Amino acid sequence: MPTVTMTVNGMERSGTVEGRTLLVDFLREHLGLTGTHVGCDTSQCGACVVHVNGTSVKSCTSLAVQADGADVTTIEGLANGADLHPMQEAFREHHGLQCGFCTPGMVMSAVDLANQDSDPSEHDVREWLEGNLCRCTGYHNIVKAVQAGARAMGGGS
Amino acid sequence: MSGNGTGIGASVKRKEDARFLTGRGRYTDDINLPGQLYGYILRSGMAHARIGAVHTDAAKAAPGVHAVFTGKDMEGVGGIPTGWEITNKDGSKMAEPAHPALATDKVRYVGDCVAIVVAETAEQAKSAANLIDVEREELPAVASIEAAEADGAPLVFDEAPGNVCYDWEVGDRAATDAAFDAADHVVSIDVVNNRLIPNAIEPRAAIANYDPATGEYTLYTTSQNPHLVRLLLGAFVLQLPEHKLRIVAPDVGGGFGSKIPHYAEEAILTWTAGQLGRPVKWTCERLDAFKSDTHGRDHISTAKLALDADGHFLGLHVSTKANLGAYLSTFATCVPTYLYGILFAGPYTTPAVYCEVKSFFTNTVPVDALRGAGRPEATYLLERLVDKAAVQLGMDRVEIRRKNFIREFPYQTPVALQYDQGDYDATLDLALKAADWAGFEGRRAEAAARGKCRGIGISTFIEACGIAPSAVVGSLGARAGLYESGSVRVHPTGSVSVFTGTHSHGQGHETTFAQIVSDMLGVDFDAVDVVHGDSAKIPFGMGTYGSRSLAVGGTAIYLAVEKVIEKGKKIAAHLLEASAEDIEFENGSFTVAGTDRSKTLGEVALTAYVPHNYPEGLEPGLEETAFYDPLNFTFPAGTHIAEVEVDPETGEVELVAVTGADDVGRIINPMIVDGQLHGGLAHGIGQALLEECRYQEDGQLETGSYMNYTMPRAADLPSFNINHNTTLCTHNPLGAKGVGEVGSIGVPPAVINAVIDALRPLGVDDMSMPATSQRVWQAIQQANG
Repeated sequence: MPTVTMTVNGMERSGTVEGRTLLVDFLREHLGLTGTHVGCDTSQCGACVVHVNGTSVKSCTSLAVQADGADVTTIEGLANGADLHPMQEAFREHHGLQCGFCTPGMVMSAVDLANQDSDPSEHDVREWLEGNLCRCTGYHNIVKAVQAGARAMGGGS
Repeated sequence: MSGNGTGIGASVKRKEDARFLTGRGRYTDDINLPGQLYGYILRSGMAHARIGAVHTDAAKAAPGVHAVFTGKDMEGVGGIPTGWEITNKDGSKMAEPAHPALATDKVRYVGDCVAIVVAETAEQAKSAANLIDVEREELPAVASIEAAEADGAPLVFDEAPGNVCYDWEVGDRAATDAAFDAADHVVSIDVVNNRLIPNAIEPRAAIANYDPATGEYTLYTTSQNPHLVRLLLGAFVLQLPEHKLRIVAPDVGGGFGSKIPHYAEEAILTWTAGQLGRPVKWTCERLDAFKSDTHGRDHISTAKLALDADGHFLGLHVSTKANLGAYLSTFATCVPTYLYGILFAGPYTTPAVYCEVKSFFTNTVPVDALRGAGRPEATYLLERLVDKAAVQLGMDRVEIRRKNFIREFPYQTPVALQYDQGDYDATLDLALKAADWAGFEGRRAEAAARGKCRGIGISTFIEACGIAPSAVVGSLGARAGLYESGSVRVHPTGSVSVFTGTHSHGQGHETTFAQIVSDMLGVDFDAVDVVHGDSAKIPFGMGTYGSRSLAVGGTAIYLAVEKVIEKGKKIAAHLLEASAEDIEFENGSFTVAGTDRSKTLGEVALTAYVPHNYPEGLEPGLEETAFYDPLNFTFPAGTHIAEVEVDPETGEVELVAVTGADDVGRIINPMIVDGQLHGGLAHGIGQALLEECRYQEDGQLETGSYMNYTMPRAADLPSFNINHNTTLCTHNPLGAKGVGEVGSIGVPPAVINAVIDALRPLGVDDMSMPATSQRVWQAIQQANG
C-alpha cells in the first residue's frame, strides 16, 4: 500500500493508505481531523471542501495519493490560535450556520472565493456556492457572511 | 426579565458556533470507540418480493467479516412500533401490520433492510454484502396512491385490505353539507402535495456498544429525540430496561423531521453489538439515505368551499388520500390526521368544516414528519382554494381573506382547536406594506415590457405548534405524553447547568435557553451551559419537532428556574434573618423588601452546598426539575407574499421577492428566529419550485440522488424580507409560540399563487408543485391550445 506525505494545517503528516482511500477518509480516519464532513458520496453537497495548495477541493472526490506532497488546509487549520479567521468570524457574526454540518465546507469554499475577490456581489456569492448545499439557513445569512468575510479579509487570508 | 445585552430579546451570538466553525463539532460519525467494527446494511433492490433462503456463507467467509445477521436471526426481537393509533370513521382501529427490523418473509420497498454485515472495516463489510445471495420472488408493487387504491391492486400487507391503513374524519359532516346547501357559490379544487425527501446534510449514523460487565447498552445516534428512541427501542423492540440502555444524540446535523423516527437500523445495530460484545458503527451513505430516511408529504386532495354572495366562507369540505409508505413510521399516522385535518379553519371564521383522510400503504419508503408535517399540506390546499374563490367570485385576493379573518379570541374552531390569541390583520397589513403590494401592477407592466410575466401571490395562515397537551393527544390516539422536562443546577459558586429534554439539531438551544436562564437568574450568560441529547444526563424528554422546543421545553426550564428562586428565597431569608415572603429576587440578588440587605445568588448557592448556617428542614443543594405539560397548542400565524417572473418562452420561474410577516410569539433571540424563518422559507420554496420525489410504477426510486432530486441552492433563492408582529401566547409564561416550521408551512401556496397570477393572462389557471420550467412551459402550451 502506498505511503503519502503531505503538509496538513502546517504540519507534515504521513500515512499508509490504500490506493482507493479518499482524501476525506485520510483526514478523518487516519489523522482524526473530523471537522471535514461527508454529506454525500457524489461530490454534490460540498461539506467536504478543503484547500489543496490554496484552492478549494472536494476531498470526497480526491484520492489521498493525489494530495501526496501537497499543502492541505482543513477547517481545523483556519483559525490563528484562539482567534477565528475573518471568514469564521463573519459566519458567527451573521449567523451563517445552524446545525454546523455544511459549515466547514462552506467556510473553506468562501475563503477561496474571497482570495480571488475581496468584495463579491450577492449574485457572485450565490453563483460561487453552487457546489455547497445547506438545508438549514436558506443561504440568506451565509451570503451575508461570505460578503462580510471577504471584505474583512481584504483580498487575502 | 432584565433585557440586558445577553438577555431575552437580544441577538446574542451563538455558543455553539465556536466549535462548529473550527471543526470541533462532535457528530455521530465523528465518534469512534475502541475495538469497533463496522456494519453495512444490505437493502432490498426490489420494491416488493417474497424472501426465501438468504445465503450468507460466502459473505461470512470474506476477509475481515465477523458476522452476518438476517431477519431469521432477529426473529423473537420485537418489531418497530408506531406512536399513534388512529380510529376509523366506523370506530374500528387502523391496520397496524408488523415492521420487523430486518425483513423476514417479504421486502416491501427499495431500501428495506435485509441483512447486516459486520467487518473490521466499512469497505470490507460493504464488499462482503455483495456476496449475500437472497432467494426472492418478485411481486407486483404499488408505488403510488392511485396504484394502491386500484381495484385488485397487489397488497402490501395481507391484513390491510385495499392497502388502507385507516379511513378517518374530523368535523361535522352534516353541518358542512348544510352549509353547501345554503351557499351562493361553491368553489372546488384538486391538488397534489408533492412527495419530498428531507435531505438533512448530515446522513444518519449510529454506533452501538454493549458492556458485558454491566449489562449496559449505549447507542450513539443521529436523533432529534434520544429519550423517545430509548423508550421505543427499549420497551418495544429489544425489551431492555431503561436503566440499561443509554441513548446519546451528540451534535445533530439537521433533521427536519427525518431524525424523529426510531429507525430499524438503530435496533439492528444495538442488537448486533449485544450479540458480538463489541461496538458496531454504521454510517448511511447518501444514496442509501434517499431510500431509507423517511419521506414527507405525498397527498392527493379534492376540496370545496361554500360561500355566500358577499364572499363569506360558509363551509369547507376536504377529502384527502395520503401515502404512508411501506411501514408505519413513528409519527406517520398522525401527520395526515391530527396535524392536518384540524388545521382547516386556518385564520378564517368558516363555521362548518369537514375533513376526511384515507391513508394507504404503498411499496415506497415510509412517510413521516417533514418540516411542518401536515400543516404545510393543509395550508397549501386552503390558500390555493381561497385564491381560486377570489378569482371565481371576482373579488380581490386580499379582501376575501380579510373579510373572513378571525378577530375575537379565544376562538373555537369547528375542527377541535381553540386559538388563544392572534392578530391576522396586523401581519397582513405589515406584509402588504413590506412587499409593496400596492405598487405591484407597475412592476407587472415593467416586466411585461421586457417580455416577462410577473405575478404576485399571498398566503395567510396559522399553525398549530408547541406539541402538545398530553391528555388531549392521548385521547386522540397518541401513545406517549408530549410534555417536556427541564432541570436547572446552580453550582456552589453560582455557575449554572441547564438540562433539557429537547434536542437541538441546528436551532441554537444552547444559546436561547442560556439567555432565558441568565436573564431570569441574573447570572452571566457565559456562566450558563445547556446540556441535552443524552439519556444518562437528562431526566426525560420528548425531543425537538413540531416547533415545540421553546414553547414546551423553554417553559419547563422557566418553571425550574422559578423553583430555584423560590428555594433561594428561603435560604436568603435565613441568612438575612427575614421572612421568605419578604425576599425579592432581581438581577441576581435576594433582597429584603424595602432594605438594602441582600445576598447574591452565588452566596445563596454556596450556602446551599455548604449548609453550616441553614434553614431547618430544608434540603441542601440548589437544583430543581420541572415537567411542563402544555395546556394547549400554540398558534403562530402570518402572511407570506411571493413575487415571481416567468419567462413565457422557456417556462422558467424566477423567484424575485419573498416577504414574510410573522407572529411567532415571544422572541428570545431575533437573530436565531430570523434564521429559522429563512431556512423554513427555503424548504417551502424548494417544495414549490424544485423538489419532487418520484417513483417508477415498479417501485424503483427515480429521484435517488442529488443528480435528479433538486435541492435548493444559493442561486435558486433570493434574500428574504422578514418582518414581525408579535402577540403573546396566553398559556405559557414565556408567551412563546414557535418558529421552526413557519416558512415551510406558509410560503408554498404564496409561490404557486404567484405563478398562477403571472400566467393567468396567458390562460393558465392551475399549477402543480413543483412549478418547474418544464411543467410551466407545458401549461402555457396547453393554454394556447
